[in-house]
Amino acid sequence: MEKLLLLGDEAIAQGAIDGGLSGIYAYPGTPSTEIMEFVQGSKQAEELNIHRTWSANEKTAMEAALGMSYAGKRSMVCFKHVGLNVAADAFVNASITGVNGGLIVVSADDPSMHSSQNEQDSRFYAKFSLIPILEPSNQQEAYEMAYYGFELSEKLNVPVMLRITTRLAHSRAGVQRSQVKKQNQLHLPSDPRQFVLLPSIARKNYKKLLGMQPAMDVESEKSTFNTFVDGTDKKLGVIAAGLAYNYLMENYVNGKNPHPTLKLCQYPLPHKQVADLYNLCDSLLILEDGAPVIEEMLKGFLNLGKPIHGRLDGTLPRDGELNPNIVAKALGMTIQEGQDIPDIVKNRPPSLCQGCGHRDVFEDLNEVLKAYGTGRVFSDIGCYTLAALPPFNSVNSCVDMGASITMAIGAADAGLIPAVSVIGDSTFTHSGMTGLLDAVNKNSPITVIISDNSTTGMTGGQTSAATGRLFEICQGIGVHPDHLKIITPLKKNHEENVRIIREELEYKGLSVLIPQRECIQTFARRKKADKNESN
Amino acid sequence: MKNDIILAGVGGQGILSIAAAIGLAAVKNNLHIKQSEVHGMSQRGGDVQSHLRISDKPIASDLIPKGKTDLILSVEPMEGLRYLPFLSKDGWLVTNITPFNNIPDYPGLDDILKQIKLLPNHIAIDADAIAKQAGSSRSSNIVMLGAASPFIDIPFERLEDGIRQLFGKKGEELVNTNLKALKAGRDFTEKNR
Ligand code: SF4
Repeated sequence: MEKLLLLGDEAIAQGAIDGGLSGIYAYPGTPSTEIMEFVQGSKQAEELNIHRTWSANEKTAMEAALGMSYAGKRSMVCFKHVGLNVAADAFVNASITGVNGGLIVVSADDPSMHSSQNEQDSRFYAKFSLIPILEPSNQQEAYEMAYYGFELSEKLNVPVMLRITTRLAHSRAGVQRSQVKKQNQLHLPSDPRQFVLLPSIARKNYKKLLGMQPAMDVESEKSTFNTFVDGTDKKLGVIAAGLAYNYLMENYVNGKNPHPTLKLCQYPLPHKQVADLYNLCDSLLILEDGAPVIEEMLKGFLNLGKPIHGRLDGTLPRDGELNPNIVAKALGMTIQEGQDIPDIVKNRPPSLCQGCGHRDVFEDLNEVLKAYGTGRVFSDIGCYTLAALPPFNSVNSCVDMGASITMAIGAADAGLIPAVSVIGDSTFTHSGMTGLLDAVNKNSPITVIISDNSTTGMTGGQTSAATGRLFEICQGIGVHPDHLKIITPLKKNHEENVRIIREELEYKGLSVLIPQRECIQTFARRKKADKNESN
Repeated sequence: MKNDIILAGVGGQGILSIAAAIGLAAVKNNLHIKQSEVHGMSQRGGDVQSHLRISDKPIASDLIPKGKTDLILSVEPMEGLRYLPFLSKDGWLVTNITPFNNIPDYPGLDDILKQIKLLPNHIAIDADAIAKQAGSSRSSNIVMLGAASPFIDIPFERLEDGIRQLFGKKGEELVNTNLKALKAGRDFTEKNR
């Protein structure tokens, strides 16, 4: 088979396709987005008739993937770490239902928060759900783990988590492909009750899940992804998880690492291998990207026995992603840095594109809010969150997807009137609609601005679930027609839009305004594609 | 052989095309490669950088350690200076001198150039002007690749192949403009190093 130059994300996608994937479900989120995009662009996936459309949010994606597994086929669901919170209800229960066709859950963590609100570690969720984790250290393993993950899932009868981090997701390297496997035939679960989590059945399934734990241990113990290499300097043994292994090895020219080292890429922790290393060495250093998951497990609360170093005792920083320099320092090596950054170098934060419709929305809104003072704008997550930065300084909150409407409700309940919520079209369908229903039911005195750019702009312009139907959806949810308005955010409409926003802010009930103008990035791409087609 | 390169610029300036051209050339030369990219939020006019590692031996880390970079290739003058802690003692800074000014406190160009000239190994080039001469102002990033090419251990012909592959789908005209841009950048460095 040929060798391909692939991003970590793309390697996962290709591995899944070659491993017999029938459907992939996802909601875009950096750094996971490119997995779905790769499958969508793949000729092979098209020929194999693999299902591959975006879902409204991570929970609906997780459930659809579970439905495909129920029907006997292999499915994959992808999101970023915070998306796993949205999918958590279904995710945790999927470990209790078990699977029929193999099911891989890809969660892409973002240590150092390159583009996220937190740096939570998805491995906690998998541990909590008692399912195995595969954590690739390079693009080749990312491919192989996606390829092999379905088999592991079917063998153990549970979903398998594939955990990656930003660095691997967005780094490219050569990948060797394997033989393409056939997709599963449609077939129903042999136990017709397996997926019915009534308490009596759930209790039975849960016992079964617990009973599978030793088998999961065995799989990790014999996994070729977990490898031990002995070394001469037994004063320190190293456990390096996933990508951290590369940062370790980067510090040893010619690959001559003197420390006995366990490269750990499959969980649950292989008990025997870990114990062997502990017995062999005087102390341990734990290298893991994200939270000190392994370190805490090995240390325990009382911290008895040999020293175990890592993020908890300050050998490594408690937050942020690892890199070769941090690991070198932990090993006591001196590093040679280059020159300092000259003082004249200034920060260059991201900002809304010139000509973006959101800009006009915030210019209009800021003008109206002058009369009320600052501190009233609740936002959530999208390009428009950048209006928290200069020159707009408009947005006062960004907590999670959908939180703009619901937080405005709470603030209004507390007496902050008017309160304004700004949400995007994709975010609105992701998790704003239910919040809007709350606002309708209470006739909360808030103004909801759904800044509609007909796409999921921040992640690069994926389809948005409700493009062209926002008005009808709001109507259907029960927003009063007198206070449901579409406006066009353009300079020439500034005066009129300011007037409308002011009116609705003054109204002591729920108003919804939908400024509509396509994202200029997707607009430009569409125009270009149209031109190429007509040539 | 081992080349550790940091590509620096601002979102939308085309550093990923440079990375792709080098990447394609490296693969054609049977070299190992790791290239980490920037996606998502940072692309909206924020600073972006990509670590590109090429070697004839397997490469461990996707990130280049500090003080180990052989070449900083910057398509914008201030951005090149941002990664100086990564540059090795005898590494090169090859930078475009046309500023991308989208912030209120952008420093004076003279001050930036002064800093650049303090480096023992540097090439400062007006890639935008050279690109215009070569026929397309949009290929200034490829001029930069050409200007940096003497410091990349890949035969120049392979880089040309990379350009052909990268722009091949978009027509012969674009391929030729970019090949011209590549050559013009290379010539500048040969004359001025
Ligand atoms: S990508 Fe689109 S929505 Fe986002 S800032 Fe740019 S124009 Fe606006």
